[in-house]
Amino acid sequence: MSGLLEIKHLTKRFGDTVILNDINITVNKGEVVVILGPSGCGKSTLLRCINALEDIQGGEILIDGGMIGKGADMSKVGMVFQSYDLFPHLNVLDNITLAPRKVHKRTRADAEEEARELLKRVGLSGKEKSFPRELSGGQKQRAAIVRALIMHPELLLFDEVTAALDPEMVREVLEVILDLARQERTMMIVTHEMQFAKAIADRVIMIDGGSIVEENPPERFFTEPDTQRARQFLETFTYESVRK
Amino acid sequence: MDIQILQEYLPLFGEAALLTIVLGTAGIAISVVIGLICSLVQYYRIPVARQIVRIYIEISRNTPLLIQLFFIYYGLPKVGIKTDPAICGIAGLAFLGGSYMAEAFRSGLDAVDKIHAESAKSLGLTGTQTFFYVILPQAVATSIPPFTANVIFLMKETSVFSAVSLMDLMFTAKDLIGLYYNTTESLFLLVVLYLIILLPISLFGTFLEHKLGNNSVRQSRKTTVKRQVSENARKEVVPDVGN
Amino acid sequence: MWGIEVIFKGKNFLRLLGGLGTALQISLAAVLISIPLGILLGVLMAGKNPVIKAILRVYLDFIRIMPQLVLLFLVFFGTTKVWGWDLSGEVSSVIVFSMWGSAEMSDLVRGSLAAIPKHQYESAQSLGFTPWQTKIYIIIPQTIRRLIPLSINLITRMIKTTSLVLMIGVVEVLKVAQQIIEANRMTAPDAAFGVYLFVFVLYFAACFIPSLLARHLERKWS
Repeated sequence: MSGLLEIKHLTKRFGDTVILNDINITVNKGEVVVILGPSGCGKSTLLRCINALEDIQGGEILIDGGMIGKGADMSKVGMVFQSYDLFPHLNVLDNITLAPRKVHKRTRADAEEEARELLKRVGLSGKEKSFPRELSGGQKQRAAIVRALIMHPELLLFDEVTAALDPEMVREVLEVILDLARQERTMMIVTHEMQFAKAIADRVIMIDGGSIVEENPPERFFTEPDTQRARQFLETFTYESVRK
Repeated sequence: MDIQILQEYLPLFGEAALLTIVLGTAGIAISVVIGLICSLVQYYRIPVARQIVRIYIEISRNTPLLIQLFFIYYGLPKVGIKTDPAICGIAGLAFLGGSYMAEAFRSGLDAVDKIHAESAKSLGLTGTQTFFYVILPQAVATSIPPFTANVIFLMKETSVFSAVSLMDLMFTAKDLIGLYYNTTESLFLLVVLYLIILLPISLFGTFLEHKLGNNSVRQSRKTTVKRQVSENARKEVVPDVGN
Repeated sequence: MWGIEVIFKGKNFLRLLGGLGTALQISLAAVLISIPLGILLGVLMAGKNPVIKAILRVYLDFIRIMPQLVLLFLVFFGTTKVWGWDLSGEVSSVIVFSMWGSAEMSDLVRGSLAAIPKHQYESAQSLGFTPWQTKIYIIIPQTIRRLIPLSINLITRMIKTTSLVLMIGVVEVLKVAQQIIEANRMTAPDAAFGVYLFVFVLYFAACFIPSLLARHLERKWS
């Protein structure tokens, strides 16, 4: 059985610098894959490659059997970015309905109806007419998730969606993503929220220096990882007590 | 100051002011078109055209309008390109203004965060759709202050049109001073009429800036700062930051 | 051909350069006055005294909204009429361009001061700096970095503006060009093309070099 997403021997370079080196990943329908790794390891670039925002220097990426750049249906992939990427000149409802109206040629009424439903699901009812500047960071990211959802993607990419948020807002966004996992959505998530990763992942992939160093179910990855590198990485999240 | 002389001169200055406005508006309108084309060429990095635009902008911005007009009006006819004064004035103003408008629009386009183009792309919008629905509306808001500054600047620049024998406000003032020595009245009317032309543009510009400034522009500035701050903060405490 | 040869006839080349020299001298004098005066005005504008600010505001806005040529006319013709002064074109130009330059400069200074984030003042205060120490060690060094490229740009604009002095009878490069074209009317009837093209190039060189420098510094210090 072939996966919804298949990455084969992916190589990405910026000039002479190798960002991703021979990456092979398969993601099946309904699976949640969490990508971990230290700063600059290439994980965000990986998501950007899957969303065709970066050109690749080697290998191939297949979305539901279609190769990116050669006939893959990119509408099957949706992405939510790290920074608040809502269009600042449009209110929440227009932000969400712009793409369905212009790309899918849906009527405004139809798109708005679905948008309102989705907004309700993520707890943003009543914010339809608000502009991004009037929302908190957490609200913005929830609206950005709705904006991606309304295009009915089969694969959702989350690129450190809580990284720019104040700590108290992280949870409200992660709850929305957990809810999506309960609906058996296929997702690839780059995050540095370890507890969240543990809770949501079907599989954890750790990338370091542009290569996959470990791939394991979360139970195993977080308790007894196979590699020394993964152990070191996990240790950076714990602190030794200084009390005597 | 002699009220009677003022009354006598007013129609002359009125007519001259009208000429200033008409030529200025025409020149500015063409500047906007040139500026738009140049800024798009630069924004989308169109090869060859981009280099030509850069050279044009350097030449246009680094020479005074008066020198440009002398060359167009007195120099070019010697190689067979004759223009009448009005066309020459408009052409000169457009040549000068095009580069200023290009810079204004380009700064607006550049100020639109790259992430917006990317998220539009990942939502499936085409390049044209992205430009018209996502990039342009944001760019317009940021371009307003430099745009109005340019309109005022170009209107002011029309004051050298008298050098190519256009009977504008300066020409009329100089003429009347030379003929009748009614310096005070002439200078008074000169200043008043320029104020009548320029002040409303300036006030309207300030108004627009405030109106739009409350919207996206200020917002995007704020988020940029916040993002930088939070990025710095993260770099210090959390080892795992985005790449 | 097209009067290019006229430029190199006799002392014409040197005369044209001399004309440019006159324009540059006027610019330089005006810039040397504008920069300190503009800094003073800018600091006053950033200050707290509402009366001074209101008066300055009206003055500066008037100077900045009027075409420089109108200001030249006001000073050149107006002072003769009102006070009976007989200012030369050169002196009038330096006065006007200094007024204009200092108005522009004050705006740049005000803007640079406003661009310093408030937390810089606050952290300086919390480190125990006095307000004067804060200005000298923290605020001024940052403003200067911002201001130097902007000031060089102002010089470029000043040089461009100086072309206007032709209109009040100062013999600068355009006037010399006119004289040369006139003198060679019989032998080189097409000289206007070459000579004005040359003037164009001269002005371009005079403005382009400082603007390159400004851009370099801006990039280096931003």
